[in-house]
Amino acid sequence: MTTIQKKPENPIAHLTPEDIEAIGVELDAIRQEIVDSRGEADAAYIRKVIDVQRKLELGSRAVLLASLFPPAWVVGTAGLSVAKVLENMEIGHNILHGQWDWMRDPKIHSTTWEWDMATPSEQWKHSHNELHHTYTNVIGKDNDLGYGIMRVDEDQTWHPFYLAQPVWNFINACFFEYGIAAYDLELGANIKRKRTKDPEFQKRVKGVLKKIRRQATKDYLVHPALSGPSFLPTLAANFTANVVRNLWSHSIIMCGHFPEGVETFEKRSIDGETRGEWYVRQMLGSANISGGKAMHVMSGNLSHQIEHHLFPDLPSNRYAEIAPKVRALFEKYDLNYHTAPFPQQVASAWHKVVRLSLPNGWLAQTTPRNAPQQLAKLYKMTTGGPKVRRAIAARDRQMAARAA
Amino acid sequence: MATIETPRARPASTPRPRLTDRLVRFAEAATTPLLPADYLDLFHPLRSGASLRGRIEEVRPETADAATIVIRPGADWAGHVPGQYVRVGIDVDGVRQWRAYSLTHGPRADGRISITVKAVPDGTVSHHLVRSARAGTLVHLEQAAGEFVLPPEGGPLLFVTAGSGVTPVIGMLRNLFPVVDDGVLRLPRSAGHDIVVVHVAPSEPDSIFLDDLRALDAAGAVRLVARYDDVHGVLDVDELGELVPDLAQRRTFACGPAGLLEALERHHEAAGLELFTEQFRSARVEPGDGGTVSFTLNGTTVEADGGTPILDAAEEAGVLMPSGCRMGICYGCVLPLREGAVRDLRTGEVTTASSLESDTGGVPIQTCINAAAGACDIDH
Ligand SMILES: Cc1cc2nc3c(=O)[nH]c(=O)nc-3n(C[C@H](O)[C@H](O)[C@H](O)COP(=O)(O)OP(=O)(O)OC[C@H]3O[C@@H](n4cnc5c(N)ncnc54)[C@H](O)[C@@H]3O)c2cc1C
Repeated sequence: MTTIQKKPENPIAHLTPEDIEAIGVELDAIRQEIVDSRGEADAAYIRKVIDVQRKLELGSRAVLLASLFPPAWVVGTAGLSVAKVLENMEIGHNILHGQWDWMRDPKIHSTTWEWDMATPSEQWKHSHNELHHTYTNVIGKDNDLGYGIMRVDEDQTWHPFYLAQPVWNFINACFFEYGIAAYDLELGANIKRKRTKDPEFQKRVKGVLKKIRRQATKDYLVHPALSGPSFLPTLAANFTANVVRNLWSHSIIMCGHFPEGVETFEKRSIDGETRGEWYVRQMLGSANISGGKAMHVMSGNLSHQIEHHLFPDLPSNRYAEIAPKVRALFEKYDLNYHTAPFPQQVASAWHKVVRLSLPNGWLAQTTPRNAPQQLAKLYKMTTGGPKVRRAIAARDRQMAARAA
Repeated sequence: MATIETPRARPASTPRPRLTDRLVRFAEAATTPLLPADYLDLFHPLRSGASLRGRIEEVRPETADAATIVIRPGADWAGHVPGQYVRVGIDVDGVRQWRAYSLTHGPRADGRISITVKAVPDGTVSHHLVRSARAGTLVHLEQAAGEFVLPPEGGPLLFVTAGSGVTPVIGMLRNLFPVVDDGVLRLPRSAGHDIVVVHVAPSEPDSIFLDDLRALDAAGAVRLVARYDDVHGVLDVDELGELVPDLAQRRTFACGPAGLLEALERHHEAAGLELFTEQFRSARVEPGDGGTVSFTLNGTTVEADGGTPILDAAEEAGVLMPSGCRMGICYGCVLPLREGAVRDLRTGEVTTASSLESDTGGVPIQTCINAAAGACDIDH
């Protein structure tokens, strides 16, 4: 990937400014249709999901009281994992987006909701709703692209340090909720800029630690203790459910913006961006996961990531309904509606993580035949200094130019 | 739902036994970030300790456009005095709406409460309650409130009711004179009451509770003077003296449209008579200027025009506001105005606040009947 502005074939070059504004008008109309028809059925939907989720969680935790018996452990852990996924994805994420604020129910409202997640909802709303959704896929502005620790773009200079990126990414996936908490705190940047003594920052850290303590006490102390002789199996079950939930949500989120072919944008390009241009950026910066109802619910309807990014505050249960209209609009304007089944999108996203962990072009050039030379080159680039790396990169470019 | 901080109100005089205290804390640790109540609500929303709710058990048509809704209130319902109203929160088209309705009965042996609702043209909640509400629906409630109640000492009284304004009065009368199989009961507590009811309605078939009033009249419990606009013409308050010859001896309780109540106020003031009123809605004056309303605590700003209550404008913009009767009566929507000016949409009265001239806490204003008259800073 490279930012859309630097691509030899810019996929939006064929759009006139009038086209872009017309797209905005059409999307506004799609949005208004849903706003005008929001009602009782939608309210009943979210209440039903919350009801099912809570009963599933209670039931699973009840089964885990007997988790000393392996079948109970398996059933309880599976149920709790699903409950935790629902709680974070279809319920928490979407309520915190304000998708359900129109119901004026103080119990299902973005200003009062708290979720089963290391990061307090208040902090997450800022970094996610305000930053990520506004600056989607803008390099240098949208930290969702890499949580500050990843190489997410060819234009980021390669460093041997990035070779470990697939490993980090996997660790980050397992403990994703803590990764998000660190990201919401802008932990890396605050440490680097020596702002850790800032009282505002310390207050936020305290908030996160308190939240983590409560969530951990619940999963790793209170419920195991309730299970008596099943203390350890229950603890293991809760840990497993948390990891399953983390892996799942990490995968869904990778699928949303990371698969090959999803566009990124330069910081400069969003200066004075119009509403139409903002829409187009969301259209090209997101990817959908095709699948059935279960896929949609379990992903919190982020399987409709494109629709979600266009209309982050519309009720999630309505994305499926507008998806065909949005897709038709893509086709009308000859844009790439990026959608694929889950395994394909996950594979594609991981492929990108691996590709960018290596020097530009390395993965593409490597064949079983030239593998020894390529490995030698990688070794040199890894052990040599920046000068060595620049020289090798320059030679690669020359060879590519000559071949072309 | 869930809040991280869950302060539990615990009066100092009744310390909770330590064991229960610990159990509660343990239960909270097991359910965080939710509260134990969030799970209990799934199974028993009307239990003691839950936030106050009720379940609609019966919807009984009264006239073509009015119905009585019988509600089983939650265990913590504290009862009411006839004449009081209850605020009901109900989801209409998925959106939570709150309105006040008079309780139309005395305390009942079965512990249920009832309200009688007349569908007003284009009325969101009244239409829903009269036409679409179904038994089994959960509603949100607040404890009964209101000062429009009978003087305990009784005496000679006049009730003037118009349209659905009969509801609080019927609550009082039913409590005084319960109707059983063999007629109207005369209880000791009603012996000191001498009551005339002047009941006004557009037409006879439109009259809610006419049968009840007639039965009370027939039994000699009250004297009923029924007036129908289509038969008698619109009531002129100066006629009251003819309809009720001993008007001067009576204390008047009136409930009906603003126009009638204002006329009565003028009439009674001129005649030096005592008057108690209950208003269901208010007449609004011309829009003012409008302005930018900033909510200082949550950081949102809202452009409000001079004809829209700040509450409506803020909710339109997605701000979760405290609200109540939405007509300036219950004070459930009061927020402190820090800086700026608002205009009361009913009276045109302007309220101002400034850091120099106002109380440090700001000037509390009712957001439901005040519109911005310039820029406003409101603590919320
Ligand atoms: C203390 C108190 C007690 C009340 N008791 C009763 C009661 O026992 N029975 C009852 O039916 N109502 C009662 N009301 C009125 C009730 O609270 C609602 O205002 C009424 O049902 C209209 O609400 P809505 O949502 O249907 O109308 P809205 O959707 O709020 O308003 C729709 C339209 O109707 C107009 N409108 C609003 N209220 C009224 C009204 N009362 N009469 C005529 N037009 C109106 C509005 O100006 C608007 O144009 C009481 C109000 C108060 C403050």
